[in-house]
Amino acid sequence: MTQHSGGPAILVEGLTKSFGNVHALRGIDLAVPRGTVLGVLGPNGAGKTTAVRILTTLLQPDGGRALVEGYDVVRDAAAVRRSIGLAGQSAAIQEELTGRENLEIIGRLYHLRWPEARSRAIELLEQFNLADAADRAAKTYSGGMQRRLDLAASLVGKPRVLFLDEPTTGLDPRSRLGMWEIIRTLVAGGTTLLLTTQYLDEADELADEIVVIDHGKVIAAGTSEDLKGKVGGDVVEFTVPDRGRIDDAVAAIARIGEGEPHADADTGMVTVGVGGRGSDALVDAVRALDGAGLQTRGLALRRPSLDDVFMALTGHAAEEEEPAGGRRRGRKRGNDGDKGKDKTSERAAS
Amino acid sequence: MTAIAEPASVLPGSSGPGIGTRLSWAVTDTLTLTRRNLLVWLRVPAYIVFTVVQPVMFVLLFRYVFGGAIPVGGISGGYVNFLMPGIIGQTAAFATFGTAIALAQELKKGVIDRLRSMPMARSAVLAGRLVADTSRMLITILIIVGVGYAVGFRFSNGPAAAVAMVVLATVFGMAICCVAAWTGLAIGDEESVQAFGMIWLFPLTFVSSAFVPIGSMPGWLQAFAKNQPVTNVIDAMRSLALGHGLPLETNLLKSIAWLAGIYIIFLPLAVRAYRKAS
Repeated sequence: MTQHSGGPAILVEGLTKSFGNVHALRGIDLAVPRGTVLGVLGPNGAGKTTAVRILTTLLQPDGGRALVEGYDVVRDAAAVRRSIGLAGQSAAIQEELTGRENLEIIGRLYHLRWPEARSRAIELLEQFNLADAADRAAKTYSGGMQRRLDLAASLVGKPRVLFLDEPTTGLDPRSRLGMWEIIRTLVAGGTTLLLTTQYLDEADELADEIVVIDHGKVIAAGTSEDLKGKVGGDVVEFTVPDRGRIDDAVAAIARIGEGEPHADADTGMVTVGVGGRGSDALVDAVRALDGAGLQTRGLALRRPSLDDVFMALTGHAAEEEEPAGGRRRGRKRGNDGDKGKDKTSERAAS
Repeated sequence: MTAIAEPASVLPGSSGPGIGTRLSWAVTDTLTLTRRNLLVWLRVPAYIVFTVVQPVMFVLLFRYVFGGAIPVGGISGGYVNFLMPGIIGQTAAFATFGTAIALAQELKKGVIDRLRSMPMARSAVLAGRLVADTSRMLITILIIVGVGYAVGFRFSNGPAAAVAMVVLATVFGMAICCVAAWTGLAIGDEESVQAFGMIWLFPLTFVSSAFVPIGSMPGWLQAFAKNQPVTNVIDAMRSLALGHGLPLETNLLKSIAWLAGIYIIFLPLAVRAYRKAS
């Protein structure tokens, strides 16, 4: 077996893809070393899903090249498929069947013998805390359980490289934490992981390296610390009710910030990065604003978000645009989000 | 680590498996997915009831409500013998709603993405769907034949021709399955697929010789009804079921020509839609 032990697990060079007039990818470069986690961070429609679909051989690129475990995703697609696992944005499971049956069928499709497929299914159900629900139809599962089953299905073939496309979108906060825990365990086992997300905190929790993509281009790359450094660390945020005095507010807090303050003239929202100074910075902000005789609302210190990163990198907030080619997925994601919520409320009601 | 835990390591490298292995995978993968599809069907009792009860309802409606008002000359045994091949043909065509809807659902849920990203035979998803849906269709057809017997229908052209009629109905249903698979994968939305199915399947099955003699329709409609595939196939099925000098050869040749045409056009379209599915 070819090991390609020298090169990275994923290598992407100048990847482009358009759907009609919509340029989903405009020349992406990535390199993911073996056994590491790359977080691909970006808003809806940035091109994250398109990139994952090309890397998992579901879509042909227009230009550039992509290698997974040294295999070209176009010329050597079959070899790529033997190396990867994929869990998409929705739970790709057969809801009428039980969790066990779902995994056994996937095992059979990986050409395991029946006894092997059975024991692999049991192993994964235990690992993913689904053993108690193994023989229940998957449609009775909560949203979080369905996503765990879906993730288990992506691991049946023991992939060396795993692709998770927004693994926690539509999950309630508790299920989200559970999913993070599981992903961390997987990575500790040496699997290379590429994960897309819209949440900076998720990338921060799980990824060794992060690339930020917007409108089909990589606009920043580095560790989560690097990105937060670009924002200026933690963020002090407040609203100025008197829109006419926004400029005064910006001037007043410019001194306490590590980065440039950003102001939104429509909402009156002002944000500024304050590094690691935490509550000291908050106190400074209160003094500075008070000293300038400014009234504010909702003054708070918080961790930087994707929006702050975007603001710092591009000067605009993360946009909620969908390219034409991604429209169907976008709608699907909406449904899943609703479904997740429904399941949660059902459980709460019962 | 055990052999079980390392399936990836038993898979060959870049050169890939040989043709023999690939063929045997195509068969086992198709069987695995056929089994899965039939299992899903068994788990949804309401769906089974719906797929069987609906044609039974049609049998009873046309046999006892409308049948008395529909004169059919030259058919021995009367309307029930005219009706049953028509109902069976319609049942085969309508069974393909399930094909289109299931594929659209799998596409939407990402099941097809997962399967396409796996090292399995790429033909197996469509093949497994076709085999499972055909088995389901065949079972439904046999039940309808039984119901037909209960309400007075009789084959009168010998057992071989009766079997040939069931085979023709099944081959016809499979052809419509290919069309349905294509619509399911190309449209990719359950509700739209269902609505679209109504639009093309209803006129084809009702504006045909399935329930009434074409001679009773206005002239302009006869032109369509006489020359469309459902009429040709149902006329051939009727000839096979009843004999009695009904023109078998012409009907059969026309049916085969139509069915071959449908397979040649829509099977590649369905495969293409699967490959490009997103």
